[in-house]
Amino acid sequence: MPEQPFEPERAIAGTGMGGAMDLATSEAETLEKTPGGPEGTGPQEKPRSLWSDAWRDLRRNPVFIISALVILFLIVISLWPSLIASGNPLKCNLAKAQEGSQPGHPFGYDGQGCDVYTRTVYGTRTSVTVGVLATLGVAIFGSVLGGLAGFFGGIWDSILSRLTDIFFAIPVVLGGLVLLSVVTSNTVWPVIGFMVLLGWPQISRIARGSVITAKQNDYVQAARALGASNSRLLLRHITPNAVAPVIVVATIALGTYISLEATLSYLGVGLKPPTVSWGIDISSASAYIRNAPHMLLWPAGALAITVLAFIMLGDAVRDALDPKLR
Amino acid sequence: MRGATHAKWAACAAAVALAATACGSSGGSSSGGGDGSAVLSASWGDPQNPLEPANTNEVQGGKVLDMVFRGLKRYNAKTGKAEDMLADKIETTDSQNFTVTIKSGWKFSNGEAVTAKSFVDAWNYGASLKNNQKNAYFFGYIDGYDKVHPDSGSQSATTLSGLKVTGTDTFTIKLTQKFSTFPDTLGYAAYSPLPSTFFSDHAAWLKKPVGNGPYTIESYTKGSQMQLKKWDGYTNADKAQNGGVTLKVYTDNNTAYTDLMAGNLDLVDDIPASQLKNVKSDLGGRYINTPAGIIQTLAFPYYDKDWNKSGSEKVRQGLSMAINRDQITDTIFQKTRTPATDWTSPVLGTAGGFQDGLCGDSCKYDPTEAKKLVQEGGGLPGGQVKITYNADTGSHKEWVDAVCNSINNALGNDKACVGNPVGTFADFRNQIGQHKMTGPFRAGWQMDYPLIQNFLQPLYYTNASSNDGQWSNKDFDKLVDEANAETDTGKAIKLFQEAEGVVRDNMAAIPLWYQNGSAGYSDRLSNVALNPFSVPVYNEIKVG
Amino acid sequence: MGRYVVRRLLQMVPVFIGATLLIFLMVNVMGDPIAGLCGDRQCDPATAAQLKKEFGLDKPVWQQYLTYMGNVFTGDFGTAFNGQKVTELMATAFPVTIRLTVVAIVIEVVVGIALGVVTGLRRGRPIDTSVLLLTLIVISIPTFVTGLLLQLLLGVEWGWIKPSVSTDATFSELIVPGLVLASVSLAYVTRLTRTSIAENRRSDYVRTAVAKGLPRRRVIIRHLLRNSLIPVVTFIGTDIGALMGGAIVTERIFNIHGVGFQLYQGIVRQNTQTVVGFVTVLVLVFLVANLLVDLLYAVLDPRIRYA
Repeated sequence: MPEQPFEPERAIAGTGMGGAMDLATSEAETLEKTPGGPEGTGPQEKPRSLWSDAWRDLRRNPVFIISALVILFLIVISLWPSLIASGNPLKCNLAKAQEGSQPGHPFGYDGQGCDVYTRTVYGTRTSVTVGVLATLGVAIFGSVLGGLAGFFGGIWDSILSRLTDIFFAIPVVLGGLVLLSVVTSNTVWPVIGFMVLLGWPQISRIARGSVITAKQNDYVQAARALGASNSRLLLRHITPNAVAPVIVVATIALGTYISLEATLSYLGVGLKPPTVSWGIDISSASAYIRNAPHMLLWPAGALAITVLAFIMLGDAVRDALDPKLR
Repeated sequence: MRGATHAKWAACAAAVALAATACGSSGGSSSGGGDGSAVLSASWGDPQNPLEPANTNEVQGGKVLDMVFRGLKRYNAKTGKAEDMLADKIETTDSQNFTVTIKSGWKFSNGEAVTAKSFVDAWNYGASLKNNQKNAYFFGYIDGYDKVHPDSGSQSATTLSGLKVTGTDTFTIKLTQKFSTFPDTLGYAAYSPLPSTFFSDHAAWLKKPVGNGPYTIESYTKGSQMQLKKWDGYTNADKAQNGGVTLKVYTDNNTAYTDLMAGNLDLVDDIPASQLKNVKSDLGGRYINTPAGIIQTLAFPYYDKDWNKSGSEKVRQGLSMAINRDQITDTIFQKTRTPATDWTSPVLGTAGGFQDGLCGDSCKYDPTEAKKLVQEGGGLPGGQVKITYNADTGSHKEWVDAVCNSINNALGNDKACVGNPVGTFADFRNQIGQHKMTGPFRAGWQMDYPLIQNFLQPLYYTNASSNDGQWSNKDFDKLVDEANAETDTGKAIKLFQEAEGVVRDNMAAIPLWYQNGSAGYSDRLSNVALNPFSVPVYNEIKVG
Repeated sequence: MGRYVVRRLLQMVPVFIGATLLIFLMVNVMGDPIAGLCGDRQCDPATAAQLKKEFGLDKPVWQQYLTYMGNVFTGDFGTAFNGQKVTELMATAFPVTIRLTVVAIVIEVVVGIALGVVTGLRRGRPIDTSVLLLTLIVISIPTFVTGLLLQLLLGVEWGWIKPSVSTDATFSELIVPGLVLASVSLAYVTRLTRTSIAENRRSDYVRTAVAKGLPRRRVIIRHLLRNSLIPVVTFIGTDIGALMGGAIVTERIFNIHGVGFQLYQGIVRQNTQTVVGFVTVLVLVFLVANLLVDLLYAVLDPRIRYA
């Protein structure tokens, strides 16, 4: 089956600007199609050693180490922003608006006279929270639905697959504009909820594809023949083998969700004050791009580094899990 | 390798195309030449409603109507005074019954003569419920309005009984109450005359509106642009000094400004706040900043008992004094707003009722006094105020954030005030209409006509059309009634100012600033001005 | 093949109905659109009631949906609040967006695949590393930042292009907006092609082809590229719909009066008819593009046969 190797790659696309278009398997499984050529043996033959092999690979991969360290740093900053920023992100002095770098305020001030450094540091929490929670939601919701569709097949598969298509067909940015324009809450939950609502089909298709692949393996057939129950089959035999592509795609998608939050802010439907987020700051700075580029540079740079770190991590994990690239 | 060759080819093609557009970008959109035939291009927004005079209530559609129509009166672009345009004379003895005589010789651009009937038919159309005209309430003072436009149920008449055609060029108006300054309201676009084709072939008219103004509509690409051409048959003194105007729709005024800088557009009448710092260096002297009849205020929900109890006026006064208007208008708006000191607008002039400093200390920044007043008034309801505004248009976020920061700094609490953006204007209006506001909300008021009455009655009179906060005060209502009945203009204005004093004493709404109109233009243009409605006076602009 | 297409077309029906219903419900969640029509004042209740009736907003949602879909099948997409037929808006908006999408896709295909092939063949070399890094950077910067930066630099500072696109929206004007729109997808296409090429390069049939002594160029194009293109084609096919619907940001920055502009305008004004109408067409584009991609598989990979 050709799906396995390139699904992670394809799936990255899903959360890009234009939205929902992850493709993954699309119709391929339901078609009568001659089985693939030399590929398809895949990782599922030796699950244990796959993971330990991957780990051994990762430990020696500088890309993985660097991105993991960056992410670790971001997490620490999200939990304890005051470690490296002593100011108050909500304390602003309009008299200093748009001023550049100066002692004690290395990144300068934004249009409201707030300290850009403090706001950038405090914005980490929001952006990382949005990214991590949206990814978790999408991954859980998507893999449960996709996994069930792939496992049970038949009518369930048809219904769930059509449902996936329906949500896929709605462009993400458009859906965000419509749904979030009525939100009055100033928490991160509506934004996360929207990302899960329109993001799950991406994971769902991948999970479905990998469960179908895993289901056809000899040892699963054997377990079934021995009378294993469905839940045991799913939990003990299929999930461990189908979860790798989901993890890879989810890591990469995480970065794009963080980026999406900024785009939503730019369109006026993102997070709301007093929440401090990179998206809010980037979108308000974008108007001052000519006069005070420093207002844009720092939060946008922080966002780019974060997204980069997650995508690179996902890349490294994918390479490690893909035996053919070894 | 083939792939690489492709890439190279694409890059070259891109370079060629870039060079080509670069060459083409300098000429603007017209043929040029200084003989009054050259066309200018100007920024525009997609009108929200069909372009019928009584159905257009926002400035973008208003721009077109201002070019295509002339009414009985017209507001002087400089002074704002209502001057006779088509009206020869408007006579009254009792401030309730008016006789209008129109000048003969006026024509619509399709050749049809403008008669008294053109006005009466148009007004009847505008008032009639079945036509869904959103400015119908403008005809609300005319006798018989309750029949053609009942608040509920179906209409029992199709024409206003207060309007009678008495000759080709004369008609009479009967109002339901005395309204001495009524003739001065007749410059509003809703009172424009309409040709008979408007009624006989409505769909065709909507596609290409026909009026009696200095311009005719040449073409209209929906949602994209409108080309207006000078109408050569227009004989009045205010005929167009240019060959025409191309209105281009912009979603983002930042893009319009960028286009102006790149020489791709001639006139931008709404310069984004973020670019104001650059106008001097970008445009040199080609920038105007003139007062307009617009005031921004913060209104309060009086249906919420937290804001309508004794002492809450002190909280409102305290909030008002916690806002550093000077700093915000200087920094955020680069002086395109003027700190407000009353509830009207400087464009009215002192004779028209504007009274500088009427608000007194309550509109001066004084953090210590502000903190004290808020405490005396029982503190902020719920410990926090949320300023609600719509986030989709008008870049309100910046000033709301600045106002909140100012309040937070004054009260020494960084959670005292927080902005509460609502995604769309429609939803914002919905929430206001359904009385869902829990704290102050943005209230901008652009005058319909330059009268002090228009700044007070619609906003603060009990149950008035724009009294969004449901403020109600018997003294205020009584003074306004008296003022409207007063035939002497000077005395009427005095009474309106007394009523304004009631608004001040209760701090019914916090006045923030008077908004100016600002515009930038290319070096091809001269004689550019904005009228008191912040609309460019297109017909005066010279090109080349 | 024919039976397969018919089955796919039948499967589209529930998806089409579901997606349009979904967007219809979403737009309805936004609430009463009439309130925004009267400027900074309350619409008078009589006019508001009348308008609601005229646009069918006084009916329950399911009934509105049925009426609407009934009308759509007769070609009537309703009227926007400013009195313009939605079909008229489509007639002006879609050609512009289609041109923009074509530019974006051409850029994706030409530049993306070329870069992908080069890096795939030179895996691990400096050129590969630098292109890889570049694609990562492109992916990690939000499009609106890229767009605004390019507009400022190319349009204002250097004066290479007009900062906005005129009403005609000719192909040459759309190159930079198309590049911005394509940028993220371009990065993905590059990476997809690279991975795919790198994998297939070591496959037996390529080794056989090389061993047969075929010219390098022929091997790359006829054997390697053709077989490596399946994931790329899948991606681009599904990207068409995303590009058309996702152009909201790009069209806003460059003031392009296409689908994204109309959708944005429609959403801001809560104009159900415009939004649902345009999304309905986008859903159709998405479904058809998906079908075409699956059919293209058979062309690219002779092992795939549709019964």
